[in-house]
Amino acid sequence: MSVRQSLLAILNQGPCYGYQLRAEFDRRTGSTWPLNVGQIYNTLDRLERDGLVQKADIDADGQNYVEITDAGRAEVAEWLGSPVVRTMATRDELAIKLAIAVTLPGVDIAQVIQVQRTATMRTLQELTRTKNATADPESSEQLAWLLVIDSLIFAAEAEVRWLDHSESRLTRARAAGLADPLPLNTDVPKRGRPAKTVQANA
Amino acid sequence: MTGHAADSDILLQLDGVSMQYGRGETAITALAGVDLSVSRGELVAVMGASGSGKSTLLTVAGGLTPPTSGEVVVEGHWLSQLSARELATLRRRSLGFVFQDFNLIPSLTALENVSLPLELDGWTSKKAHRPALDALTIVELGDRAGHFPSDLSGGQQQRVAIARAVVGGRSLILADEPTGALDSTTGELVLRMLRSRVDAGAGAGGILVTHDARHAAWADRIVFLRDGRIVDESRASAVSSLLAGLQA
Ligand SMILES: Nc1ncnc2c1ncn2[C@@H]1O[C@H](COP(=O)(O)OP(=O)(O)O)[C@@H](O)[C@H]1O
Ligand SMILES: [Mg+2]
Repeated sequence: MSVRQSLLAILNQGPCYGYQLRAEFDRRTGSTWPLNVGQIYNTLDRLERDGLVQKADIDADGQNYVEITDAGRAEVAEWLGSPVVRTMATRDELAIKLAIAVTLPGVDIAQVIQVQRTATMRTLQELTRTKNATADPESSEQLAWLLVIDSLIFAAEAEVRWLDHSESRLTRARAAGLADPLPLNTDVPKRGRPAKTVQANA
Repeated sequence: MTGHAADSDILLQLDGVSMQYGRGETAITALAGVDLSVSRGELVAVMGASGSGKSTLLTVAGGLTPPTSGEVVVEGHWLSQLSARELATLRRRSLGFVFQDFNLIPSLTALENVSLPLELDGWTSKKAHRPALDALTIVELGDRAGHFPSDLSGGQQQRVAIARAVVGGRSLILADEPTGALDSTTGELVLRMLRSRVDAGAGAGGILVTHDARHAAWADRIVFLRDGRIVDESRASAVSSLLAGLQA
């Protein structure tokens, strides 16, 4: 999640203080990813360290305003102009879970898939209900919120399609006599592994 | 309709329904002990891999083929207790099928296609005209009544098929991949029509077979078929926990 760039893009509209930034982020994302104020200040510290924002005025209420720098403006333009790359480093818990589950003996993988499918479909039903209950957007906030809902709907759909795909792939692999579980490898080299009885201070 | 109709909120009930094609060694079990009910005002989606028994389920639920064992009850009528004639009448008056390939008669206009089930039930075409036009209006095609199927887009043809399935107050809609031949946006519109028909408060309900997750999500309940068995079910909760904090 690009909190850093999102906050920077908001600051590109004008100077803000911490709580104000949080409120701005929330109303633009339908409060889908609630941020706490600590996260906001941490992010602002790093943005300041990197020269993308700087301290501005303190108002009569003692609020510390932060404003964007030219380098910050350039970063916003760069962010908006480039695609979001989902790197392999993005931890995909579900993919890891299925990958591990296929290798385990005694796991009904079809059931693992079904449990996930049911949960994701329920989410999709709720998203669809919410979307259908929403009239055509009348404000920018509502429009932004609908875009977020749509994105969650498409992500859930993609997950279900991936589950269907995994299930049929697995069925074919099983039919071909593949996809046997992996027993623990007992030939692991013992070298370099500390013996249990050795104490660090012995 | 018969007095039975109003007696219960349950439109359709399948009780331990099994279906085998063929006999002996080569017999294929398409359904194995399926229990399922559909209430008035409810849209139930059926999902499952190809060959899991979805179409068979609809065929049996619609009385097109008797199950090998188990019981099908439509609006309080046990299908196994009906004569062939009674069954045909019940099907005409209570059930509407929608298929992937629309199944409209090309030589008939939209209005005539929608009138057809009523005329088969003994209505004069003049009398059938009014309810057929009403049904077309529900699917927002009142202004296309005189068009032939070839003059209509795929999505429009499917909406005519939905009008035909609900005309004359028929209450149970059985739709087998109704959006399968349509692009996503058009499919969504067809779903909206099905949904609004079920929500209209006229006591209708339906089963929607689809492999499209986004379309299945329009249903109140989703059942998952695997090898002829219902293996799981998803019911949308009234208030979404997920979205509780999300309302603007
Ligand atoms: N008329 C039939 N005769 C023999 N086997 C059939 C017939 N119809 C369906 N089957 C078999 O029954 C199983 C379920 O089919 P079907 O209900 O069409 O599944 P789905 O609609 O989920 O793809 C499949 O194995 C299919 O080959
Ligand atoms: Mg089928």
